[in-house]
Amino acid sequence: MAKKVEFMMGNHAVAEGALYAGCRFFGGYPITPSTEVAERMAERLPQVGGRFIQMEDEIAAMASVIGASIAGAKSLTATSGPGLSLKQENIGYAMLCEIPVVIVDVMRGGPSTGMPTGPSQSDIMCAKWGTHGDHPAIAVTPASVQEQFDETVRAFNLAEKYRCPVFVLTDAIIGQMMEQLVIPEPGELEVIERPKPTCKPEEYLPFDMDKDFVPLAAFGSGYRYHITGLHHNSDGFPTNDPVLHTKNTIKIIERLDKNYDDIVKVEEFMTDDAEILVFAIGVSARSAKHAVVEARNVGIKAGLVRPLTIWPFPERHLDRILNKNKIKGIVVPEMNLGQMTFEVQRVAKGRCAVEGLYSLMLDPILPSEILEKIRRFV
Amino acid sequence: MARIDIRLGGSGGQGTITAAAIMGYAAVYAGKKAVQTKSYGPEARGGAARGEVVISDEDINYVKVIKSDILVALTQESCDKFIVDAKEGSIVVVDDFMVKNKPQGNFKVYSLPIIKTAAEDIGKSMVANIVMLGVINQLANLLDFDKLEKGVLSKVPKGTEELNKKALRAGVELAKAAMK
Repeated sequence: MAKKVEFMMGNHAVAEGALYAGCRFFGGYPITPSTEVAERMAERLPQVGGRFIQMEDEIAAMASVIGASIAGAKSLTATSGPGLSLKQENIGYAMLCEIPVVIVDVMRGGPSTGMPTGPSQSDIMCAKWGTHGDHPAIAVTPASVQEQFDETVRAFNLAEKYRCPVFVLTDAIIGQMMEQLVIPEPGELEVIERPKPTCKPEEYLPFDMDKDFVPLAAFGSGYRYHITGLHHNSDGFPTNDPVLHTKNTIKIIERLDKNYDDIVKVEEFMTDDAEILVFAIGVSARSAKHAVVEARNVGIKAGLVRPLTIWPFPERHLDRILNKNKIKGIVVPEMNLGQMTFEVQRVAKGRCAVEGLYSLMLDPILPSEILEKIRRFV
Repeated sequence: MARIDIRLGGSGGQGTITAAAIMGYAAVYAGKKAVQTKSYGPEARGGAARGEVVISDEDINYVKVIKSDILVALTQESCDKFIVDAKEGSIVVVDDFMVKNKPQGNFKVYSLPIIKTAAEDIGKSMVANIVMLGVINQLANLLDFDKLEKGVLSKVPKGTEELNKKALRAGVELAKAAMK
């Protein structure tokens, strides 16, 4: 039977994706252009036995989702730039304490209160380095309403699988536009449930440094343990030991490095014989695909590298293409002043030219502008 | 059907964004691909607002209007701002009361009493956006009327169905008269 095609807003699709993934708690504070995620969750969570709380601010909202996750619920919050800044302290806490949560950031123009209704892609570095200290970060980057749904499901899976916060990094255009969406049947997309510890409660070490992964026991489930934002021992109590501090920090970062292939997802469009690449995410990738198709129509061998995971940075993918093809140049269109371009340059290591195409003009970068940059490499 | 870029410009509260969403919904309902986007300011009412919808039988990459196949301007400001992006030979519809300086160029301009029809003939200026949908659907032959009407009826508040039906038909009639 043909499935029902919905015509849905991107932010609503995030909410539906979260519910599909088993999210049963949302704690948030409304902010344009993310508010529709909260609105939809407020309506939908009670229907499935979940809880919705509007907190007094974004700091508390982030704290609430961490608390809900420790209590065993898959948890979501959604915000935009100013709220992302406020959440950073608690995001760092979730990273160090290995607490799975999903944070949606619908990017608008910044810094500060910035451009409340103006689309942007300027939080790319903030998702990676917004909180202090060395830490792991995963960020998925949908570019369609269908991907708003699918990638949110994936974000929850990655959060559970690697016990860490995961960002859904989207923008005000993809978040607020309406497009067709087919909601998958239950079971059609993989949903990873949180594993429960099998050891005796008195033997439970929530942060066992000699194991790659320890299931996070829910508070109230009989496993008593300590959690702190200080660096901690395997049992969760604070330590000042520099050796343990080093070991623990490296462990949580290496967990993602070791699983690069599982975490990092990239669409490679017409890259097989490409001589010129466009590297773009989100709404800019929609423009880029249009430009690549136009370039091909006039015989230019262009291809698109579109990360659906921007953190960890898709360097092995890019590296492989740069080693395989004779690439003349890479165009990096982004709605900021070059946050991704520097990363692409880092990976290219001088093997080809890397040309940024930046815009703060609030409308997406036009395909014609990208095509113009592509032509310069011909 | 190749890509059709539709831009509906006005001020906040006139319903251009809602109209774009309804058109997109109806197009998807009719088996096509569609993307609706919007631009607006922080104001609840007033301020420039525009709804855009791209309809196609093929995948839509660039999500917003590149050059408009159909431009509707319900304010002078939106007309002045967006007329430069009207395609050669495209359709430009302006509200004849709100847009005093009619645009000139290599496109077909229809200056129609959209808001007046809604306010006086239908009795509620609020449905001007639905009149507008009737107009452009007829002028550009976008979707089967029944599909559009179903789209409208499923998206408007309960109890306003008859009002919106009348508005949509009034728009069609305006367009038919203008095409004669």
